[in-house]
Amino acid sequence: MAKAESGMYMDITKPNKKMRLEKLGKGITFLAVGITILLTVMILALVVSKGVAIFLFNKGSVLEFLTGLKWNPGTLSELDKPIIGALPLITGSFIVTLLSALICTPIAIGAAVFMTEISPRFGKKILQPVMELLVGIPSVVYGFIGLTVVVPLLRESFSGSGFGIAAGTIVLSVMILPTITSLSIDAIASVPRSLREASYSLGATRWQTIYRVILKTAKSGLLTAVIFGMARAFGEALAVQMVIGNSPVMPTSLLEPASTLTSILTMGMGYTVLGQAENNALWSLALVLLIMSFLFIMLIRWVGRKEQKV
Amino acid sequence: MVYCIDKQSRIAIQIEKGGSLMKKKWFVFIGCIFMFTIILAACSNTEAGSQDSASGTSKPSTETNQENSPESDKLAGSITVVGSSAMQPLVEAAAQQFMQQHPGVTINVQGGGSGTGLSKISEGAVDIGNSDVFAEEKEGIPADKLTDYKVAVVGMAPVVHSEVGVEDVTQDQLIDIFTGKIKNWKELGGADQEIIVVNRAKGSGTRATFETFALNGEEPIEAQEQDSSGTVRKIVSETPGAISYLAFSYIDESIQALKVDGAEPTAENVETNAWKIWAYQHMYTNGEAVDVTKEFIDYMLTEDVQTKLLPKMDYLPVTNMKVDRNANGEVSNQ
Repeated sequence: MAKAESGMYMDITKPNKKMRLEKLGKGITFLAVGITILLTVMILALVVSKGVAIFLFNKGSVLEFLTGLKWNPGTLSELDKPIIGALPLITGSFIVTLLSALICTPIAIGAAVFMTEISPRFGKKILQPVMELLVGIPSVVYGFIGLTVVVPLLRESFSGSGFGIAAGTIVLSVMILPTITSLSIDAIASVPRSLREASYSLGATRWQTIYRVILKTAKSGLLTAVIFGMARAFGEALAVQMVIGNSPVMPTSLLEPASTLTSILTMGMGYTVLGQAENNALWSLALVLLIMSFLFIMLIRWVGRKEQKV
Repeated sequence: MVYCIDKQSRIAIQIEKGGSLMKKKWFVFIGCIFMFTIILAACSNTEAGSQDSASGTSKPSTETNQENSPESDKLAGSITVVGSSAMQPLVEAAAQQFMQQHPGVTINVQGGGSGTGLSKISEGAVDIGNSDVFAEEKEGIPADKLTDYKVAVVGMAPVVHSEVGVEDVTQDQLIDIFTGKIKNWKELGGADQEIIVVNRAKGSGTRATFETFALNGEEPIEAQEQDSSGTVRKIVSETPGAISYLAFSYIDESIQALKVDGAEPTAENVETNAWKIWAYQHMYTNGEAVDVTKEFIDYMLTEDVQTKLLPKMDYLPVTNMKVDRNANGEVSNQ
């Protein structure tokens, strides 16, 4: 054996050390894949089974869940059904997500253009690490900053308590800015150089090149970046919960306390008993979040596929 | 051999290439040091743990040891206490003292909330379930199977921002404020300032107590909800016109506590029920408490805990109470 291994030739008809290593490596990677799939399936099964419990066992109605305006799963209505109108929470989630994406997208794309087209060296050396740092800050820190800076600022500038959708939007915008920016950079950087050179050689200015050629070519990549950012905003819980005020009412103003799916979920967790209607209602919120994240992923894939076709 | 030489030459090449392997080596070296420290720490921990368990299980030796000391006992075992996060610091401190007196006993104290405490104890999964509400008040808990031990009392008071200009309200006014009928402090003779209600989360023990005894069971308007008493205090102290409710232990100079119907929120008034907004802190057991569990609950009611530890943790001693209140809120003299 020793001779066979140390020499130039190996007897490949017999199992040797390398083949055994190969098998082991294969086994380990298969195990890793298996565990990942198993975990995903188990989490999905748990959230779905728990999420439909309130409709199956506690007589909650799906229609009320999606359109009702009053969220109070701990008490029963006259019809002996739990009061589970989640529309205010769903609306709150969508409003903060859309608004923060709206605020964030121009800034993020602007920064990405600066870092790739206008001053790549400064961008690479200073802005890139700053963005990476921003990604690494835990959400509770963002929430805390929001609570101590943004909320008092809004309170003093306008009337009211300062808690509300406006505060949530500002905090979320800062949080998703690095996500959208770094993905936008990738999208813009993947535009072929030949396109830029062609544009310049036709006499286009830098602005024309950026606006008409680069951003247009990178459109679907930029769209993916924005959707990623929105997915993150939609699922963010802690920071939003700290500044939005958590009042389960239909939002009427940006400065009044409102709530999101995630903020009500984190608020209620510690106070409910497993298996009770209140707890099941929270699981239903989790199911909505899960479905939403699926939709976001599907949207991203769809955009990606369209890009490939083009 | 060939393989060996090959490897060495490759190493040499890599070093020449710019020392990337040297860097790698450093990483491995630092990594090893980390691993080593972690393993060491873990080892020393398990050693300590095994010694603990050894002293717990090797009964003969500990017993003989303890028989010599005056405060000796044969108490040994491990119990788990789960529930109300508000009670957790108190129970942890008491458990620490108890374990010092009884080295054979281990008490695990965990949070999770009153709901968790009650559901775990009714499942029989733990030895004691902490709760700041009566088991009867929680839906889905078989209260008749549980035994209630009241170990402390917490007083709560409505608190307002320091510049609202109101110090005393009647209970009816308080109800009107929280149900949204009174919207401005000037209606109560205070500053011309809109009232901003801040609630605790639904299901919080403080909120339940406040709704039952301050608002006579009326449900407050949908207003902003906060997860913790600390946040509530911060918001009330900073927001003009804000009103909320807090346990006595959270009340300080930054906010102002309101008198209700002329009564001041003090410990003396709670003892006589002149101040009505208070709640028991409960320890529930599944059936009657036995062995270590019983000893620990008894210890919670000793002078040591009631008159020394409780005031330090801003609780009121249950042994000082001159009245008794049942799950339905009916008060009787003790």
